[in-house]
Amino acid sequence: MPSKILHKKELIPGRTSLMVLDAPEIAAAAKPGNFVMLRVDEKGERFPLTIADTDKKNGTISIVFLVMGKSTAVLNSMKAGDSIADLCGPLGRATHIEKVGTVVCVGGGTGIAAMHHIAKGHHEAGNHVVAVIGARSADLLLFREELQSFCPEVLIATDDGSVGEKGLVTEVLAKRLTGDKNVKEVVAIGPVPMMNAVVKTVDPFGIKTTVSLNSMMVDGIGMCGACRVSVGGKTRFTCVDGPEFDGSQVDFAELTQRLASLKAQEKTSYDQYTCRCQSHE
Amino acid sequence: MSNATNISPAKSRVEMRCQDAAERITNFKEVALGYSLEEAVSEAKRCIQCKKPRCVGGCPVEVPIPQFIAAIAEGNLDEAFRIIKSTNSLPAICGRVCPQEHQCEGQCVLNAKQNPVAIGRLERFVADHFIALDACGQMGEITCRLTDPNVKVACIGGGPSSITVAGYLAARGVKVTVFEALHEMGGVLVYGIPEFRLPKQGVVHKELNALTELGVEFKTNCVGGKTIRISDLFEQGYKAVFVGVGAGLPKFFGVPGENFNGVLSANEYLTRINLGRGYDFPNYDTPAYRGRNVTVFGAGNVAMDAARWALRLGAESVRIVYRRTKAEMPARKEELEHAEEEGVILTELVAPMEFHGDDKGNLKGVTLQVMELGEPDASGRRSPKPVEGKTTYLDTDLAVIALGTKANRVLLEETPELKLNKYGYIEVNEENETAIPNVFAGGDIVTGAATVILAMGAGRTAAKVIAKRIGVIED
Repeated sequence: MPSKILHKKELIPGRTSLMVLDAPEIAAAAKPGNFVMLRVDEKGERFPLTIADTDKKNGTISIVFLVMGKSTAVLNSMKAGDSIADLCGPLGRATHIEKVGTVVCVGGGTGIAAMHHIAKGHHEAGNHVVAVIGARSADLLLFREELQSFCPEVLIATDDGSVGEKGLVTEVLAKRLTGDKNVKEVVAIGPVPMMNAVVKTVDPFGIKTTVSLNSMMVDGIGMCGACRVSVGGKTRFTCVDGPEFDGSQVDFAELTQRLASLKAQEKTSYDQYTCRCQSHE
Repeated sequence: MSNATNISPAKSRVEMRCQDAAERITNFKEVALGYSLEEAVSEAKRCIQCKKPRCVGGCPVEVPIPQFIAAIAEGNLDEAFRIIKSTNSLPAICGRVCPQEHQCEGQCVLNAKQNPVAIGRLERFVADHFIALDACGQMGEITCRLTDPNVKVACIGGGPSSITVAGYLAARGVKVTVFEALHEMGGVLVYGIPEFRLPKQGVVHKELNALTELGVEFKTNCVGGKTIRISDLFEQGYKAVFVGVGAGLPKFFGVPGENFNGVLSANEYLTRINLGRGYDFPNYDTPAYRGRNVTVFGAGNVAMDAARWALRLGAESVRIVYRRTKAEMPARKEELEHAEEEGVILTELVAPMEFHGDDKGNLKGVTLQVMELGEPDASGRRSPKPVEGKTTYLDTDLAVIALGTKANRVLLEETPELKLNKYGYIEVNEENETAIPNVFAGGDIVTGAATVILAMGAGRTAAKVIAKRIGVIED
């Protein structure tokens, strides 16, 4: 079943885009924390993306992606009106959401988009949601206005200080957690080093950190184990046991290594694509 | 075909021609080449047409074997195909991947002289003849009155069991929709079994197209329990649901180092190559893992498939590493023979103790525990036990683990009303009905990992019951 791109917005030109996809069945069933598997065209590779938003009334989902290799580059070359070959979901376990008090949602880079859906879920459940987001500079910061539309607090950190605090999200986070006993949970989504750093930052406060992992996947439905990750010394499958896990139990070093396992092939594929693109220009 | 009468019966089982081993490991094309008309007719004439044929009893989908063989012997391929298709929706596939030595051919009376009729090869010959004409739907036309168009049946999972249900019911005028989680129909036929044993474009797609012509609707990218739930299907007006979602979840050893890069499940290795067409990377985007010294752990058909793919993808050495000996290997004899001919090395009586990686986390070797055979276990096979303190080391940069699978819980978790057995598979009664009325199940999600034809047999059993339930007149 192909899925039509209804709307596309380049959030960071050439790098990060948002797409609204026509997917009524997925939209109807999707909950915060779920992901989809996509295949851009008939020769494409299946890859996962966390759902950034759903519109159940209009039957759409939103995805946000960073151009990292061939598949995302091809996806980014598509425009509204085009269709992607395959879209499958909603997959993975949904975020456990209940009314607990204050929840801090930390997002970095493209991870802010995925975090947005979870933050929205916590907000709708009646939690006081504090968003902590970070990027290198103001122009690279995603979903700031969307988060500001419902989060009572949106705290920002940028490397260059162009908006919010100059520094890392973990510094802003530590400051926010200090002295607030009402924070019941921290959710972190972003690059692996960021999630690892958030876990370390939160640990002394005795608060649970939930992380959403971006493991490599082939099928996304528990068939292959490409996405296996060590959690508390046990092997778990990100696709069916996750994608969210207790961050304090995750072996981030192993995750980092596993994400690099097909780097050479990914480069071959991307280089060949960009080379072909240039020769066509 | 009139000259069939001039062809004499073969003296013994007619061998099937194969691509030469040295040649075939340099390409991805099918190894076995099939019979010519002369070969098929002379083999068919060996059948002694038993009055009480045991072969049919050995076939999970009850193909009228002596009848179709008699039709071949007369050179009447149309009739042979019609007879096969009357009970089997996927003859070109079954002719290739069924373990006939344990089923129809295993029951053949000529087996007494180790010379059973080559039933599988004959089935394949007939099916291929129609595939070549692009007419495999031609004989499957609706044989019953059309039932009420509102009487529709859903199948979850697009593998052999569901396809059989769909084929049986569609041929009787029932509207069937098959929901498949992946982007391509066929289940294990597409993601698991290699191109060189079962061509996708040339065979699988054509047999599926025949079902489309019968009116079966295939919906890909639909995950049972996620995109659609069983309860949704009844709400949408489906009168019965068949669950054939396969076994799924791969098993690992649970030894140290198993998460190093380069240690992967056979499911991952094969899915990348088969479903993702990773053998044609980078023309296709899904990369296959390519190893120099490949080790495959396990000794079933899946292990053979993985080992043989590794050779075709340019490995310098490929080893099957097994904790028992060749005699206990569960793979089909033909698969093992093909693998050995192609240069796969067998390393018996060892089991992995620990995988070792370099500083980047990439696999470089494995320490193996040396084993010996002890007393026979419950399955009758002599069980391996470690030889205390004796280990060996093997250099390997790609380890494929083919230990089998466990129940995939994606649909089961979302459907708590389904009763499961102690292994986590779906419990069904003798009619293959689950604890939920009008929900049937079959294939690996009921039995645990088994064969294509057993899944098809289960589908056929369920389809017959469904047909009765929804008021389709039985033929």
